[in-house]
Amino acid sequence: MSTVSVSRRDFLRKAGLAGLATPAVALLPETAVASEGAELSEDWMGVLVDIQKCIGCRRCEAACNEANGFEVPTDEELTATSVFAEHRRPGPHHHTTINRFPPRDGGVEDGAIFAKANCLHCNKPACVSACLVGAFRKLDDGPVVYDAWKCMGCRYCMVACPFQIPTYEYDYLLTPQVRKCTMCANEGNPNKGGVPACVQTCPKEVMTYGKRSELLTEAHEKIARHPDLYRDHVYGEHEVGGTSWLYLAPKDHSFEELGFLSLDSSPPPMRTERIQHGIFKYFIPPLAWYGLLGAVMWVARPGADDKWQEPAKDGS
Amino acid sequence: MSEHALPTPVNRKLLTPGVLFLLMLTAIMFCIAIVRFGFSGLAGVTNLDQQHPWGLWIAFDVASGVALAAGGFTVAALAHIFHREHYHAIARPALLTAMLGYTFVGIGLMFDLGRYYNIWHPIILWQGDSVLFEVGMCVVCYINVLYLEFAPIFCEGVASEEHSWPGPFERIRHLLRPICAAAYPYLNRIQFLLVIAGVVLSCLHQSSLGNLMVIAPSKMHDLWDTQISSLLFLLSAFMVGFAMVIFESMYASWSLKLKPEMEILSPMAKFIVFFTGLYLAFKIGDVLVRESYGLLFEGSAQSVCFIIEMVFGLIVPFVMLLSARVRNTPRLLFIAALLIVLGVVFNRINVFLVAYQPPYATKTYFPTIWEIAVTVGLVSLLMLIYRVIVTYLPVISHPDKARKA
Repeated sequence: MSTVSVSRRDFLRKAGLAGLATPAVALLPETAVASEGAELSEDWMGVLVDIQKCIGCRRCEAACNEANGFEVPTDEELTATSVFAEHRRPGPHHHTTINRFPPRDGGVEDGAIFAKANCLHCNKPACVSACLVGAFRKLDDGPVVYDAWKCMGCRYCMVACPFQIPTYEYDYLLTPQVRKCTMCANEGNPNKGGVPACVQTCPKEVMTYGKRSELLTEAHEKIARHPDLYRDHVYGEHEVGGTSWLYLAPKDHSFEELGFLSLDSSPPPMRTERIQHGIFKYFIPPLAWYGLLGAVMWVARPGADDKWQEPAKDGS
Repeated sequence: MSEHALPTPVNRKLLTPGVLFLLMLTAIMFCIAIVRFGFSGLAGVTNLDQQHPWGLWIAFDVASGVALAAGGFTVAALAHIFHREHYHAIARPALLTAMLGYTFVGIGLMFDLGRYYNIWHPIILWQGDSVLFEVGMCVVCYINVLYLEFAPIFCEGVASEEHSWPGPFERIRHLLRPICAAAYPYLNRIQFLLVIAGVVLSCLHQSSLGNLMVIAPSKMHDLWDTQISSLLFLLSAFMVGFAMVIFESMYASWSLKLKPEMEILSPMAKFIVFFTGLYLAFKIGDVLVRESYGLLFEGSAQSVCFIIEMVFGLIVPFVMLLSARVRNTPRLLFIAALLIVLGVVFNRINVFLVAYQPPYATKTYFPTIWEIAVTVGLVSLLMLIYRVIVTYLPVISHPDKARKA
């Protein structure tokens, strides 16, 4: 009977362990290659929202719907305060919502705080990184827009967005789309290339449209000038790597109380991209794995050790 | 030197009561499909909403489906890369499970996609930063590999003069004979390339499925929010691949009234021990390093699910399989393998659904009866096709049906 030479068995054992180690090593975070950080562009436009100025008239909601071709709420519907009874999130056909939050002393209508919810157009958007067909992209001047023709409706963007902003037209049978605020940069929007409809319409000038970097400076100046009015935090400056929409809160309200999420400064795509780029660095790990398996297949083939064994004593 | 029986079509009646039951479940699924694709879209058939974009069809049909089809590449690696001839007999059934499994992952995905007719878009629209892009492309390539790996079996079935196919299929078979005869040698020649490609592609996408939820750390429950998620998914894929082969082989033996092939399955169980131990080590280590063990006792649905996943899906079968007596007793081996399989299914459901905590949810997601019926119908149809294929093609090598070389 043939005997497997010790060195060959040893090789297979080592190859097997190396084989297990190769994908494992590529998948451990420390050894994956770090990808480049979120590069900020000076050209990015943004909007600074001064929450304590908002009176809850919701004309921004109406203007947004009109700009996007959705059903516009009537004046009667706009003034009905019953809409504030429950917390509303943006939906497929209303890309922004105003929610009411009680003032500090509680129970009094005056002094209620109104906060606007919409897509924050992140610096390093999770939706852009997640979309496998690139249906989301961040334009050179900042807005994150959506190309429906590319979309296959997998809704991974909805899983990825830390603010839970993209919404889906589940009740559309044939051509459902992902919908969210586009900062009026979508095709067919009359405000495309200019100031978003909500910013233009606001009667109290709650929102300011401009270069993100300049808006940040302005935000900090406001805080410095009126430390009794504003909370010392610009929401969107650092959250998830920074966003184009920036918010100033009234002094005695935390952002969490106003429906904002407490998020750290690391952009979500960094975690996944670091691993993906590590695995596919010049395609080396997959090719190395393929080569290693091929080597094992060759060395372990039946009959390969015939050359290595001693001739049998009986001459066969 | 091999005394293994050659693979051969199984000589068992096809239209059994069990098969008729599966047909009924499949028919129900088709009715729901007509509603979903022709009338109501996703809204009428699912409980998906703006806070819960992914539901049962992604967590089970896609994620668990891919995991449970892992037996194809793990056994192929054992039998054809490491040349462990002992496992050759189980390689074809494992390959069939994988081929059908991935096909049904694709079909299940079509149900879930809003624009299913664009499912081919990733082939032309590349977004390389996306984890899902890699998963999609690897699965597309791997499905091709699987069909090419299975093609020689189909050719053998076509070429054989021994068992006749029903009615019109026998005529089609005659037409196919020259094509299959011509293709057969070329298909065989590339098999070694395909097997290695299958292992590499599988490792890539099995692990990347674990990387999907890593993009939403703020929405993941701490017990599953780990950056080594891809490694955990990969190890559990190796583990469940072997377990699924054991489960499905024993189930098929029982259903076709054949004896379970313990001489192959018992030694294979040792691989499960190895990978379960490795997986447990990393999973427990991860919870310790990230200090999320405090959450184990918070009494939430999530903590209960995690404990069930660990105890019944991993620790119990691991301890069971450490015993040679369990590995050599058909009923106990079956239970241990089934626990591993259910444990991995539960893990995928936990990662994609239970651990997912959207920030503004006012209600929790639970699948509708229609979602469940579609999933059950797809599994039934898969089992039906498996049964038809092993009845007419040479997949199962069984001493009972030995056809000596």
